[in-house]
Amino acid sequence: MDQWAVKQDGNKPNLIRKPSKQHIREEWVGRVYTALCILFLIVTIIAIVYFVASRGLSTFIKNGVSIGDLLTGLKWAPEGEPALFGALPFIFGSFSTSLLAALIAAPLGCCAAIFMTQIMPGAGRRYMQPVIELLAGIPSVVYGFVGLSVIVPMLRNIFPGQGIGLAAGALVLSVMILPTITTIATDALAALPSGLKEGSFALGATRWQTIYRIVLPTTLPALLTGVVLGMSRAFGEALAVQMVIGNAPHIPRSLFESTSTLTSVITLSMGNTITGSAHNNALWSLALILLAMTFIFVFIVRFLERRNKR
Amino acid sequence: MSAKTANRVATAVIVLVAAFIVLLLAGLLGYIIFRGLGHISLDFLTSAPETIKAGGGIGPQLFNSLFLLVLTLIITIPLGLGAGIYMSQYAKPGRLTDSIRLVVEVLSSFPSIVVGLFGLLVIVNLFGFGFSLFSGALALTVFNLPLMVRITEQALAGVPREQKEASLALGLSRWKTITSVMMPISMPAIVTGTILASGRVFGEAAALLFTAGMSSPRLDFTDWNPLSPFSPLNPFRPAETLAVHIWKVNSEGLAPDAAEIAAGASAVLVIMVLLFNFTARWFGRVLYRKFTATK
Repeated sequence: MDQWAVKQDGNKPNLIRKPSKQHIREEWVGRVYTALCILFLIVTIIAIVYFVASRGLSTFIKNGVSIGDLLTGLKWAPEGEPALFGALPFIFGSFSTSLLAALIAAPLGCCAAIFMTQIMPGAGRRYMQPVIELLAGIPSVVYGFVGLSVIVPMLRNIFPGQGIGLAAGALVLSVMILPTITTIATDALAALPSGLKEGSFALGATRWQTIYRIVLPTTLPALLTGVVLGMSRAFGEALAVQMVIGNAPHIPRSLFESTSTLTSVITLSMGNTITGSAHNNALWSLALILLAMTFIFVFIVRFLERRNKR
Repeated sequence: MSAKTANRVATAVIVLVAAFIVLLLAGLLGYIIFRGLGHISLDFLTSAPETIKAGGGIGPQLFNSLFLLVLTLIITIPLGLGAGIYMSQYAKPGRLTDSIRLVVEVLSSFPSIVVGLFGLLVIVNLFGFGFSLFSGALALTVFNLPLMVRITEQALAGVPREQKEASLALGLSRWKTITSVMMPISMPAIVTGTILASGRVFGEAAALLFTAGMSSPRLDFTDWNPLSPFSPLNPFRPAETLAVHIWKVNSEGLAPDAAEIAAGASAVLVIMVLLFNFTARWFGRVLYRKFTATK
């Protein structure tokens, strides 16, 4: 909505003083400056997409790797003879860690949100909110460090294997995405019209019946939005995962076996390859997959939000 | 199970989960701080790291992190405020504004490693800034800008409509209204948001691996000429930040006390982030009281 409803009335030029020169100059300064800032933002995103896509696609155009081979190939040996660019293990690693992390974090986050909005709003706002904000503020390398020094040894003692692997990655990620899921779920639950809940209570339903028959179904699209945003964060997270996942380039047979994700292989290899080589281009293709997934996640979120509005 | 029992069980489970999350945070912070605190000393905070010997510190890294944060904020704040003002005050509803909003949303969900790669390709190689603090600051700007835009937009949306209209009715230009009437009112929200965003920038590592670099030259802390290659103030030198250092020590550290260094550095990082968090809350409250004359 345009809230600037101060229009000069063109028919009565004598009654209204023309704006002074200074006034006009100020208007122009504001307009041009803010437009330039927003232009910078737009140019940046176009540049990111253009540059990553141009480098990522050169694997297929210049190096003659077929898209199908890259997406479904099982063996990653970019320096081998012949060089093989099968990125399926990494794609599998990224999807499985972020899915598992979402599976762990979603119930926890929803419970926290229900606690904060339905069960103890006072204590929720006072203690739970800062806790969630602090969890969101801890840097990802610190999560990686804690994962490496606490979760990995713990898993090594309980389960067979080295401790590093999918399970460790998913556990670390689940703590990292918990704040995202909780915040969005809390906002959704708090925005629910109180009439719905009161109606249910008036019919004699208990609090739990009200929550899982009325509150959760009504807010489901918003809760899913939170889960998808959390997954998208988990999908793009690089260092914390790279530290605990083991970085072996194959599909693991168990949760406790070393594997890799798209981000971890980029982090590890990008610095050691020569710009323009087939290996380097293949890494850019992986970055392009990451970028494409970001767009897909954003569109899923948009779709869910539209469902939510209706 | 009767409805009442189910209610009691479900409530108990939810409360337990909430308690678990609080304990999780307490455990995390406790572990990081208590494990690292033993290693933190004035010497650790000021001395340079050692590659193969024990006893290295994190002095240059800590300085780099702070300096990089300042550089990033110098670039981000004017851009973010401008773009945020545009989105909340100048943008007309319609297709164009919707697509700009989508762009901001997409930019804010780009993985930071992709932003880092873009920085490597464009800022480091194409523009020729090399691995430097300046490249790192630009990459962090890209990473931080959408957040800054959202903070500004929300802060300006919180300004009472009457105040804006009163200012316009007095004949002030739009721009003057924004800068002298609306900005002061929204300042507490903007400052709080910026400090919180700074905490995020402070701990960011993935976007910096390939832009600010993974090494630091021997810094000469007596040389404050920003053009000299060994001066800490030179923005065109490579710089390893604290977060990058933690990652590097954990994944390829050769020093015998690598684990202790990582623990100490993590504790410092977390304490800094906590400081940012508490400062933001406190400052927001102070500013709010100052600007609104409430007690």
